[in-house]
Amino acid sequence: MGHAYTPGLTVTERTVIRKPRLLPIPGTVLAKAGDRVRAETVVARAELPGKVHVVNVANLLGVAPDEVRDYLVKKEGEAVSQDEVIAENRPFIKWFKTEVRSPIRGKVESVSTITGQMLLREPPRPLERLAYVDGAVVDLHPAHGVTVETSCSMVQGIFGIGGETWGELVMAVDSPEKTLSASQLLPTMKNKIVAGGAFLGIETMKRAREIGVAALVVGGIHDKDLRELLGYDLGVAITGTEQVGFTLVITEGFGTIPMAAKTFELLAGHAGQKASISGATQIRAGVIRPEILIPWTTGSPDAGSAGRAVPATERSGIRIDDHVRVIRDPLFGRIGRVTALPTELRQIETESVVRVLVVTFADGTSAVIPRANVELMEG
Amino acid sequence: MTGSAQPSRQMTAAQPLHVIIATDCGSTTTKAILIEKLGNEYRQTFRGEAPTTVEAPFEDVTRGVLNSLAELEELSGRKILDGERIITPNRAAQGEPRVGVDIYISTSSAGGGLQMMVAGAVQSMTGESAQRCALGAGAIVMDVLASNDGRLPHEKIERIRSLRPDMILLSGGTDGGTVTHVVEMAEYISAAEPRPRLGISYQLPLIYAGNKDARDRITEILGGKTSLVITDNIRPVLERENLGPARTKIHDLFLEHVMAQAPGYKKLLEWTGAPIMPTPAAVGLIMETIAKKENLNLIGVDIGGATTDVFSVFGGVFNRTVSANLGLSYSVSNVLAEAGLASILRWVPFTIEEQTLRNRIKNKMIRPTTIPQTLDELQIEQAIAREALRLALAHHASLATGLKGVQQERTISDIFEQKTSGESLIDMLQLDLIVGSGGILSHAPRRVQAMLMMVDAYEPLGVTRLSVDSIFMMPHLGVLSTVNEQAATDVFVRDCMIYLGTCVAPIGRGKDGERCADYTITFGEGRSPECGTLAFGDLRLFPLGRDDRAQIELRPAKQVDLGEGKGVSVTRDVRGGEVGLLLDGRGRPLQLPTDSQKRLAALIRWHRAVDLYPGKS
Repeated sequence: MGHAYTPGLTVTERTVIRKPRLLPIPGTVLAKAGDRVRAETVVARAELPGKVHVVNVANLLGVAPDEVRDYLVKKEGEAVSQDEVIAENRPFIKWFKTEVRSPIRGKVESVSTITGQMLLREPPRPLERLAYVDGAVVDLHPAHGVTVETSCSMVQGIFGIGGETWGELVMAVDSPEKTLSASQLLPTMKNKIVAGGAFLGIETMKRAREIGVAALVVGGIHDKDLRELLGYDLGVAITGTEQVGFTLVITEGFGTIPMAAKTFELLAGHAGQKASISGATQIRAGVIRPEILIPWTTGSPDAGSAGRAVPATERSGIRIDDHVRVIRDPLFGRIGRVTALPTELRQIETESVVRVLVVTFADGTSAVIPRANVELMEG
Repeated sequence: MTGSAQPSRQMTAAQPLHVIIATDCGSTTTKAILIEKLGNEYRQTFRGEAPTTVEAPFEDVTRGVLNSLAELEELSGRKILDGERIITPNRAAQGEPRVGVDIYISTSSAGGGLQMMVAGAVQSMTGESAQRCALGAGAIVMDVLASNDGRLPHEKIERIRSLRPDMILLSGGTDGGTVTHVVEMAEYISAAEPRPRLGISYQLPLIYAGNKDARDRITEILGGKTSLVITDNIRPVLERENLGPARTKIHDLFLEHVMAQAPGYKKLLEWTGAPIMPTPAAVGLIMETIAKKENLNLIGVDIGGATTDVFSVFGGVFNRTVSANLGLSYSVSNVLAEAGLASILRWVPFTIEEQTLRNRIKNKMIRPTTIPQTLDELQIEQAIAREALRLALAHHASLATGLKGVQQERTISDIFEQKTSGESLIDMLQLDLIVGSGGILSHAPRRVQAMLMMVDAYEPLGVTRLSVDSIFMMPHLGVLSTVNEQAATDVFVRDCMIYLGTCVAPIGRGKDGERCADYTITFGEGRSPECGTLAFGDLRLFPLGRDDRAQIELRPAKQVDLGEGKGVSVTRDVRGGEVGLLLDGRGRPLQLPTDSQKRLAALIRWHRAVDLYPGKS
């Protein structure tokens, strides 16, 4: 794979992010182009069609499906309330009368003379799309939503669970190698985004839920703790809808892995600021990585110049001197600099013949590593 | 690259083909191969690959295609690209023999492949027929809805609403039969107002292939809410399936709607000289061709990063299933979830802590393009592969069945056998050939590793031949066969199919070291026969080259069966391959020792017996 490289995770002090904030179905856009919005601002709203309930009127009245219309009390499009009669027969003797009542409040959607069923639909439910991040509305998508742009610091994680939230960023440890223990989580961290170091375990997760921490950010966790937290074995990495009480983002991987110094320093540098965070991860068909966005506020240098910072440009491949993270055992999690990119294929321990590169680490040691097993430190 | 810069599909396909490039855009990597006509035959000459770029940050499948072609250029010395344009046709006539290609073709399973929901009236009849139809067309079936699937109407509607398939196949009823059930399903679909996975502004394609008497009603109910296509009933009568027309419609809609919505595919569709096929459909086409040509019963498997496809042809009946979440990169963690840790650990020839193994598997899931760098890591991946293969075959066997609900004429002996309709067609004793494909099998550092992975996972019975796709090019050859049959056949025979050898596995169990069978193997000229006793717990490998044949006579112990009955001797002609002739005395069903130390000792003994790994075990 001469031209191959694994796109890395972005960790950058300054970038411009554009977030499409779209409704899943058409609705009303509430924000206007140029509006300054906060994470909690509702930018669009839609009405999600209500649940459908099926009542087989023909069966309940004991009539043929093609006769069902003759027995309807309520017609298509009419509103119904719960327990209201929607169909009935008209026997000679009133005692034999059968009434069919609506199981819900809503309206009659359709009636079928083939199946004899009546479909009733509950009232629509409102669905709101929030801005998620402080910024400015730069684009309108009529009936669907807006694009919010923000000039921010950004950290992409490798994996996360839980949805979008926001809060003040707090550092719970003073070094990226340290473990974030349960006792380091304080009641004052309620509704905040708490960043740790190399690892946190199930006790810390439980404590976070107890306190009401908005989100946790850490280098690594154990899979067995994730399993205990979720209550099941996560099979496919499509996450973001979990309801575990907080959002969790891991920056390095599974195991005890010190958070990359650059990531840790960036987060520490913004402690006390408001950040938006999402645990949504999808490693398949349109990759989505979890993220922490720290918008530059009025107090920040170059504040208000959302349009001025330049979005990260696309890279074409790995080059000598690039900083890379090793992403497979035996050197998993180590960060170094590319010092050679031999073009010829090499045989590795498994006897596979692959493209490799040479990475030199901070302690001066070097290792030959398959190119597939490193990722670029982007940003 | 601009679409207008490319030659039209008709022009390209009509020209003589001397140089062909084909890509398979998989969920993880895009694999490109170069095929050239050398003398009178076509040969696969070079191969390049690059990560698939359907995902962010690129979100354009053509980036990965161009990267894989650039690698192909680098390795072959042929100039294929002019900037971002594929040079067609080849310029040999202009005195530039190393410039250009005659056609570019591709298959695709990137972006999640083709995802379908199917619906039928009765689950075990039209529901299953619809499922087989969609699977055979190369789709992943997200759900099968039926009138009697046990869900309440509102649950069905909620399910339809929450799924976002690429298309729906609705069937139900035999022609001239009742219309009620299929109309009921249509009403549910209509109430759910389903939306497609890709592209929010177009209507979801829906194929109706049910009772023809219900067509007007279906059009009335679904015509305005979906992009409705009507085709022949897939079950016109109870006794017969007619899957062809609906499969053709699925392929058409795959190209027109699904591919056109996926990132970069509009551009890719303009580049190709033949319609892009879903990868599994192309592999299925090749597997079916082999089975028919050689009159074989076969099982084929394509184990990928996200999914494992299983194909089978038994008695001329083709079936395909896909286990959507059994794969070795994106879905690796799901293999753990489905198989359980103990099932995976039983194949690992060293002790490893549960926590370490779990973390390693999750790390592979979140960084799916990494490769094993150490022997331990390779052994873990191959252990997981065994379980993925095993689970996928079990899934396949449950769907590859005869038609259910069909009245059968029975003789007295059938009644005593208590056979029912809809039995699995998979009969391991009648199996002639196993064909393995996919990175873990095709790229196993030693071919014997691929052979033992398949033997351990499938536990073939009696005498079975095994092969692998040399460098994973069956998808390419499947689509090529639609353009140039000769080129596909030439490359398939000469470059694609690698015969590994034959596995002989007696059925029965006994204590380790007890006699399982005596054997005499007679080779060709100049080689002395091999005689001996295969004991239970033994694994023996005899070299037997690709073009070599031998005759094996087996005299089993009285409780052991080789297909002709317990204790009955058999004599069979067997063929060789890159690995040879494997005598598997481990017993069937295969059971590993439950004691951890004994299990490790057994694994290490077997691995040494066939020289499975370098050095260590």
